[in-house]
Amino acid sequence: MSAPGSHAVSTRPYLLNAPALGLFLALFVAPLLMTFLLSFNTFDMNRGGILDEYSWVNYLEVLGDSYFHEIFLRTLLISLAVTLLCVLLGTPEAYILHRMASPWKSICMLVILGPLLISVVVRTLGWAILIGSNGVINHALIGMGLVDQPIKLMFTNTGMVIALVHVLIPFMVLSVWASLQKLDPRVESAGLSLGATPFVVLRRIVLPQIMPGVLSGSLIVFALTASAFATPSILGGRRLKVVATAAYDEYLGTLNWPLGAAIAMLLLIANVVIIVSYNKYIERRYAQVFK
Amino acid sequence: MNRNTPLALAFNLIFLLFMLAPLVVVCLVAFTSKGYISLPSDGFSLRWFKAILDNPHFIDAFYLSFYLGVASATIAIGLALPASLAFARYRFAGREVFLAFFLSPLMVPHIVLGVSFLSFLTSVGGYGTFLGLVLCHVIIIMPYALRLVLASVTGMDRSAEKAATSLGASPWVTFRRVTLPMILPGVAGGWVLAFITSFDELTMSVFVASPSTTTLPVRMYQHITETIDPLIASLSAALIFVTMIVMFILDRAYGLDRILVGKGK
Repeated sequence: MSAPGSHAVSTRPYLLNAPALGLFLALFVAPLLMTFLLSFNTFDMNRGGILDEYSWVNYLEVLGDSYFHEIFLRTLLISLAVTLLCVLLGTPEAYILHRMASPWKSICMLVILGPLLISVVVRTLGWAILIGSNGVINHALIGMGLVDQPIKLMFTNTGMVIALVHVLIPFMVLSVWASLQKLDPRVESAGLSLGATPFVVLRRIVLPQIMPGVLSGSLIVFALTASAFATPSILGGRRLKVVATAAYDEYLGTLNWPLGAAIAMLLLIANVVIIVSYNKYIERRYAQVFK
Repeated sequence: MNRNTPLALAFNLIFLLFMLAPLVVVCLVAFTSKGYISLPSDGFSLRWFKAILDNPHFIDAFYLSFYLGVASATIAIGLALPASLAFARYRFAGREVFLAFFLSPLMVPHIVLGVSFLSFLTSVGGYGTFLGLVLCHVIIIMPYALRLVLASVTGMDRSAEKAATSLGASPWVTFRRVTLPMILPGVAGGWVLAFITSFDELTMSVFVASPSTTTLPVRMYQHITETIDPLIASLSAALIFVTMIVMFILDRAYGLDRILVGKGK
C-alpha cells in the first residue's frame, strides 16, 4: 500500500483490471441479461418454440401453478431442515475440534474438510449406495434382525436431507471454526475462575462470540442447499423435484427455455435478496464483533 | 487446558464416522468381484478398476476435465494476478465495486449460470467448443483464484521490491524476479483450488457440455442417473484416492482450513 492516493488518477489499476473486467462483462453479465430477457419470451411448441413476444406469462405460470408451489415449498423446507441440522451438529463439532490437542485436531479437520475437495457426484453416490433399498444400511439392519422390511430412504426427502447435510456441513464447521479462532481463551478461563459452571461459560461467553460464525455459516448452507442440483437429482429421483432440478427439466427435458429461465431468475432473485438482507442483518446486529 | 468430556469425544467420533461413511463405502464396493453393488465379502478384486481403463467414455471425459481444469485455472490466475496487484496497491474509484463484481459469481447459483451460459454459447456459436467451456469455468473459479492471490499479494513485505527498484531494476524485472517468487505459494494454492473447483464442477457444466465436450462429473452423473454399478464406484474410488493425495499435499503446504475458508460464499 505504498503512497495510496499518489496514484489516485492513474489509469494503471484500471488497466490491470481490464482483462478480467472484459471477460466478466462478456461472459457473466451478458449471459445473465440474456436469461433475464429470455424469461419474458413466450414459448409455443406448435408455433416453432421460442417466440419474439414479451410478457409476464412465464412468471405467472410459475407463481400461479400448484405444481411449482410444491417445488418451491419443498426446496424451502429442505433448505431449512438442512440448515438447522448443520447448525445443531456443526457448531458443537467445531467447538470440540477447537478444544482438541494438536495431532488429533488436524486429523479430524482433514476428515471433515477433505470431502469438500471431492466431487459432489462421488459423495452423493456414496449415499445412494448406503441408503438404497438394497443398500448397505438396509442389509445391515435386516441382517441384524432389527427390521423386516427395508427402510425407504432412497427417493425420499429424508434421504436428500441426510446427504445434503453431509455435503454442506463442512462449510458450517469451517465458519464456526474461523470465529472460534478469534476467541480469547483467557476470557473463558476468567469466567471459570470466577465460579461460572462450564455450561454457563459456554452459554454466556462462547456462544455470543461465535454467533456471527454460526449465522454466516447457516447463510452459506441455506443458499447452497436451495440451489443444490446433483444430490436432489440423484437421491430424489424424477418425482421429488426441487427448484434446480425443475429448471433443468424445463431446459433439457421439455425444452421450454423461457419457463426454465423464469424459474432460474426467481431462484437467483430469492438467493440474492436472502444473502444481502441476511448480511445486512448480521452486520447491524454484530457490528461490534467485526470491528 | 480445556479437555473435551467423554460425551464430546463420542459425539466427535460419530460425526467423523458420518463424514467418512459414504466415502468408505464407495471405496469398499469398488473392490467387489460381483457384477452388482455389494461389499467385497469373498475377497478383494480389481476387476472394476480394470474396467475403467476399458471404458473410453470415462477416459476421454477424464482427459477433457483435466485439460479443462488446467486451462481454466491458468487463465483465472492470469486474470486474478494483475487484478490483485491493482486491489492491493492502489486506491482507485470503484475499487470496492470491482472486487465485489469479481467475487459475485459465488452469489449466483450454478444452475442459473448453467442456463445463462447455455443460451449465450448457443447464440454466439460457442456451444460444444472447448474454448466456450473453458471461459465459462473461468467465471466460476475466478473468485477462488482471486481470493488466494489477493491474500498473498496483500500480505507480502514490499521492502525487497523497493530494494530492487532502488538498485536499478526495471518494473518488469522487479516483478519477475522479486514479486512473483514471493507470492508464488499463494498463487500456486489459488491455482490448485481453482483446478479442483473446475474439475469437480457439475451443475453448470451439465448445461454447457455437449456430447463432444462432456466433462468427467457430467459423464458420471449421466451414468448414475441410469444405473449405479461397481464401475462407477471404482471410478469414484480412484478419484477419492487421487484427491486424498492432493489434500495431504495442500494441508502440509498451506493448511486445509486456510485454503477453504469461505469456499462456499
